[in-house]
Amino acid sequence: MNEKNNVWVFIQQDEGKPAEVSIELMCKARELADTLKVSMCGVMIGKNIKAEAKKLISYRADRIYCIEDGRLDHYTPVPYTKIMCEVIKKYEPQIVLYGATTTGRDLAPRVASSLKVGLTADCTDLKIGDHTMKDQEFKNILYQIRPAFGGNIIATIVSPEKKPQMATVREGVMKLSAPESKYAGEVVNEQIKLTDAEFPTEVIKIIKKTRSVNLKAAHIIVSGGMGAGSKENFKLIQDLAHALGGTVGASRAAVDAGFIAKEHQVGQTGTTVRPKLYIACGISGSIQHRAGMDQSGRIIAINTDPEAPIFQIAHYGIVGDLSDVIPRLIKAVKSK
Amino acid sequence: MKIIIPIKQVPETGDVKMDSATGTMKRDGVRSIVNPLDLYAIETGLKIKESTGAHITVITMGPPKAAEALKEAVAMGCDDAMLLSDKSFAGSDTCATSYVLAMAIKKIADYNLVICGERATDGDTGQVGPGISAWLNLPVCTYISKIISAGEKILTAERLVEDGYETLEIKGPCVITVVKEAASPRLPTLSGKIRAKKLTIPILGPSDINAHPEHLGLAGSPTKVVKIETPKITRNGELIIPKSPEEMEAAADKIIKYFHKLDII
Repeated sequence: MNEKNNVWVFIQQDEGKPAEVSIELMCKARELADTLKVSMCGVMIGKNIKAEAKKLISYRADRIYCIEDGRLDHYTPVPYTKIMCEVIKKYEPQIVLYGATTTGRDLAPRVASSLKVGLTADCTDLKIGDHTMKDQEFKNILYQIRPAFGGNIIATIVSPEKKPQMATVREGVMKLSAPESKYAGEVVNEQIKLTDAEFPTEVIKIIKKTRSVNLKAAHIIVSGGMGAGSKENFKLIQDLAHALGGTVGASRAAVDAGFIAKEHQVGQTGTTVRPKLYIACGISGSIQHRAGMDQSGRIIAINTDPEAPIFQIAHYGIVGDLSDVIPRLIKAVKSK
Repeated sequence: MKIIIPIKQVPETGDVKMDSATGTMKRDGVRSIVNPLDLYAIETGLKIKESTGAHITVITMGPPKAAEALKEAVAMGCDDAMLLSDKSFAGSDTCATSYVLAMAIKKIADYNLVICGERATDGDTGQVGPGISAWLNLPVCTYISKIISAGEKILTAERLVEDGYETLEIKGPCVITVVKEAASPRLPTLSGKIRAKKLTIPILGPSDINAHPEHLGLAGSPTKVVKIETPKITRNGELIIPKSPEEMEAAADKIIKYFHKLDII
């Protein structure tokens, strides 16, 4: 394989295990690499990670660069940035993708400003195309597509003049493709010298909270928005979810208004979901919300405003007040 | 203890108009406010000031009227302000913006801590804080939800992550970005407003902060917005508008039958 000009993914590891979003990005990166007829590679940083790296080859990675050091077990920005910058300078990838996690969103902008290259946050789509700028034609560059400016606009952003072109993508946005167990790729050891002065941050304690809500695994999600009107009224949404055996979701506005905890939030700044059935109750449907649920199998929307954007993506819509519609839906479920 | 807080003035409404020719925001005719998420950074700084007697300088890059945002921060209790404003700064992406702010911070020189908001509500990237740290070659720590202790040499803080939080010790000077959980912002006081009104805010351009023209504005921005569209979706689903309780009942039945037919429930 050609060592340079490839499509890369920063493979985030937490306690040695690769993050789900990193695997999703490897699947997308493979697609981009195939379009560009180049290789797809990962970079994994941590302590004793090669065995995990080897397993990831099956996502059709041609090469995974591993940087191992006992001090790199847990992410801190300074040494991780140095490593990313050095391997990028050495192998000159044309594209580098990062998960938009607390780690990726800390690391990627630091790498971008260190290398003085572009970075687009929270992309919802990535494509390869051509672009002419100031009479200069750029072939096969990365279109970085994201919602912008409070919602109802989709912006396409490019950064063709300096390589690599970089983007962050949230978990659940890109689809996983099936692994191919016999794929021939290699794990490559990279040595990067790090002095103790390059570890100015010390992680002294890690407290884990177990998640009580698992939106990603839900087959049915009933979500509520500002249309619920109050915390008390939000109970209607919970009742419907309960009747259908579903999980409760919410729009950002409903979370910000204090109707329900943030862990229920669906959308660009919450969780991206793909349930079989998504019922949006009193949610107008901003781009950010839709970006987090429009891949759902079936979408039902209930809203008092017939012009609400959510109806544009709904398979079925009912115009009406939640307190009129939801009790009737519950009654209809129970009578079957 | 010397603290620097970079803030941003943002349009109040989410309904921002775009200039489709340049791909940048049209700021005219929209009321501007301090980025709501920067208020948590300001409050975090003020809390440290109350406990250790810190001096806080608030800085922003923007048009001349962005001075209003700085005045509000001063009215809340910040000590000093600096405005970075010049035509050559226009059209900056997050990389170019963090460069200008970092050069201004370098110019101030004497500081222990830089506190940023998590992200701005208009651009929504969260990239400027870590970007500043890269230009200054300082440690960064994003998503800080609690300051445990803020010394001149060591900061101890909690960082909110996906599945819990981490407690970190960071050698100063450093850059942090804070989340909502870190503080609840106070309102400006009357005496603060009077002080803010009297304060003359220095306006600095590229030469004042030794900024290289190649890193500035649209030309110094590696990313360019090349297309803006309002997506049209064509799912053509069925919209039921019930006119009576009976029709509502029928609509509910129809939906539930639909679920059964699809074998969803």
